[in-house]
Amino acid sequence: MTVDMWKKVPVREQDPKVRAANFDEVCLGYNKEEAEAEAQRCLNCKNPFCVQGCPVSINIPGFIARVKEGDVAGAYEVISQSSALPAVCGRVCPQESQCEGKCVRGIRGEAVSIGKLERYVADTAREMGIKPTVTAEKKNKKVAVIGSGPAGLTCAGDLARLGYDVTIFEALHKAGGVLVYGIPEFRLPKDAVVEKEIENVRALGVKIETDVVIGKSVTIDSLMKDEGFEAVFIGSGAGLPRFMHIPGEQAMGVFSANEYLTRSNLMKAFREDSRTPIMRAKKTVVVGGGNVAMDAARTALRLGSEVHIVYRRSEEELPARKEEVEHAKQEGIIFDLLTNPVEIHADENGWVKGITCIRMELGEPDASGRRSPIPVEGSEFYIECDAVIMSLGTSPNPLISSTTAGLEINRRKCIVADEANGQTSKAGVFAGGDAVTGAATVILAMGAGKAAAKGIDEYLSSL
Amino acid sequence: MFKILKKEVLAPNIYLMDVEAPRVAKNALPGQFLIVRVDDEGERIPLTICDYDSEQGIVQIVFQAIGADTRRMAKLQEGDCFQDVVGPLGRPSDLTELPLDELKKMKICFIAGGVGTAPVYCQLKWLKKNGVDVDCIQGARTKDIIILEDEMKAVSNLHICTDDGSYGIKGNVCVALQQLIDEGREFDRVVAIGPMIMMKFVCQLTEKLGIETIVSMNPIMVDGTGMCGACRLMVGDEVKFACVDGPEFDGHKVDFDQAMQRMRLYKSEEGRLLLKEQEGETHEGGCGNC
Repeated sequence: MTVDMWKKVPVREQDPKVRAANFDEVCLGYNKEEAEAEAQRCLNCKNPFCVQGCPVSINIPGFIARVKEGDVAGAYEVISQSSALPAVCGRVCPQESQCEGKCVRGIRGEAVSIGKLERYVADTAREMGIKPTVTAEKKNKKVAVIGSGPAGLTCAGDLARLGYDVTIFEALHKAGGVLVYGIPEFRLPKDAVVEKEIENVRALGVKIETDVVIGKSVTIDSLMKDEGFEAVFIGSGAGLPRFMHIPGEQAMGVFSANEYLTRSNLMKAFREDSRTPIMRAKKTVVVGGGNVAMDAARTALRLGSEVHIVYRRSEEELPARKEEVEHAKQEGIIFDLLTNPVEIHADENGWVKGITCIRMELGEPDASGRRSPIPVEGSEFYIECDAVIMSLGTSPNPLISSTTAGLEINRRKCIVADEANGQTSKAGVFAGGDAVTGAATVILAMGAGKAAAKGIDEYLSSL
Repeated sequence: MFKILKKEVLAPNIYLMDVEAPRVAKNALPGQFLIVRVDDEGERIPLTICDYDSEQGIVQIVFQAIGADTRRMAKLQEGDCFQDVVGPLGRPSDLTELPLDELKKMKICFIAGGVGTAPVYCQLKWLKKNGVDVDCIQGARTKDIIILEDEMKAVSNLHICTDDGSYGIKGNVCVALQQLIDEGREFDRVVAIGPMIMMKFVCQLTEKLGIETIVSMNPIMVDGTGMCGACRLMVGDEVKFACVDGPEFDGHKVDFDQAMQRMRLYKSEEGRLLLKEQEGETHEGGCGNC
């Protein structure tokens, strides 16, 4: 295979027309030949900027060098030292703004396709039956991890490698957090990928207890006092969905993206034989421009709906990953940009029949540095639709903060934790991920889980 | 897995089960609910807690087999297991947080309708244990579907009413409450738990009578932990989530009409599933929708 050193080896994808009607994975990944060809493009820099761009500091040139030699097991071992979820990260990380964003190749051409190579290594290792290994001696110290999403799994995996006795408590009936309830099958296959990554974390000795809502079923104080946990990591995720508080939001057919995605992903409502219902709309308006909005829109599309994304700023400000926006467009999702809803209308039976929106224009930059959208007076217009999905982010869930004495929260009600080691205001209690930052990305949560594992190890070693 | 230790049929289609769920039992308080899943394919079904034994690690649930999954639950026998039981969820009744001397001075009337009797029982039992005497109106369509009568009598001053007059006061719970008031009884709080339509009418009456009224809302839920927002309802001008802000709310502020409308959201899908469940092997999809 000849390699154009300036360009990425293209990755095979399902045809947009075909995939718009199924829930199979969109990206098909590299095969051996493609991966080894792409690996040739890595310059193996002495001072690798890509590693600095990675929130969990994977030795990127190190694993790519092994891919080049055809040593997948070796490459997997290198990645495993830094990441417990490579098959996930290879799929959902925003590489363009992290590792690949820093790649020297990217200065004059295209960056090395690090994400796709990571995915290739993780997928191939799984097919070969390679499992991560634990070498550390058992420490006989119990650590509780709250939440089995990316932050929790990473923290638990790292602590288990250090020899700690780790139990993850998960509120839902299935482990995985946002990887299971939030990110759709077509972006992250559940049985083939997520389930296997969680099995790998279990293989390190981590126990997972599902159906436990911390703050309700048991409190953090009780875990430490009565159940012998010497440290606790809170990785409980983002929380309650936000709504716009506009007229008509209670109409039937208005959903939060969380509800819509949970029904489809966790409860498998996209399958015809699922016991959990989901609305199969004719025309859906998704409000918001983040990755979650793209996921909800592309799910609605696959369930047979025409889909419009309504976002108040312009394309440039869309918070979603470029790749997700591109995929959504290819599949036929219509973007109504610089548009904001003002009222949802219901028919005489209470079902959504349309939404009134107003055109926006961009003004001066606001606190976030983005130009703030301003309504254009008199520009209201009507979009007929039978479903509206609100994807406006989340506000923190108070279940843990309100039941844990001495746990400081900030003005936005997020848990206050030291970025370097996850330490909270309460001794022995650490936190990271969306519970601390508000809704962010899988890899940032993993980075926080990783930092907290180190913090917990230092704390317990100092006792 | 969560083992069923006891199963009773309380009335046609109404079942009581004792289930082993130590973490739920240990921290449960009156007013809270739990979520069960019958098996790995099951829906997440929210049910209020009827009773709990913290020492033994047992919770008691009462449910009506009306949907496809509650019918499957009804088929389970003693010794079988639920796939999942999670809780306790929601906030406990605010009565459990009031100082006892204040509580003892209060004149409270509970109103229980249908399977709403179970969560009322939970509160009555707790109050009785703490030396608080209360009245309770228990309503049903007809005598045969009155449940837990002896248990309710043991923990409250019970007034039964039936729509058809086959037992107790003739009329619905509002008629019964009005009758008590007409007899000169005074109440400074009503706690009504039952079908939404019942709670709505109780609230209309108590608003006129000027009696503070608490209701327990049971809207559609998915996760039950504050993640999905499916259970949102309007209380006054605010959007509240029944799972984390409730399930109990000031009944005079709840928009019942909207809440009842939202309950219809998945009726056609549920109906289809139920039909499939009822017809079993013989289901051929004659409805044209399957």
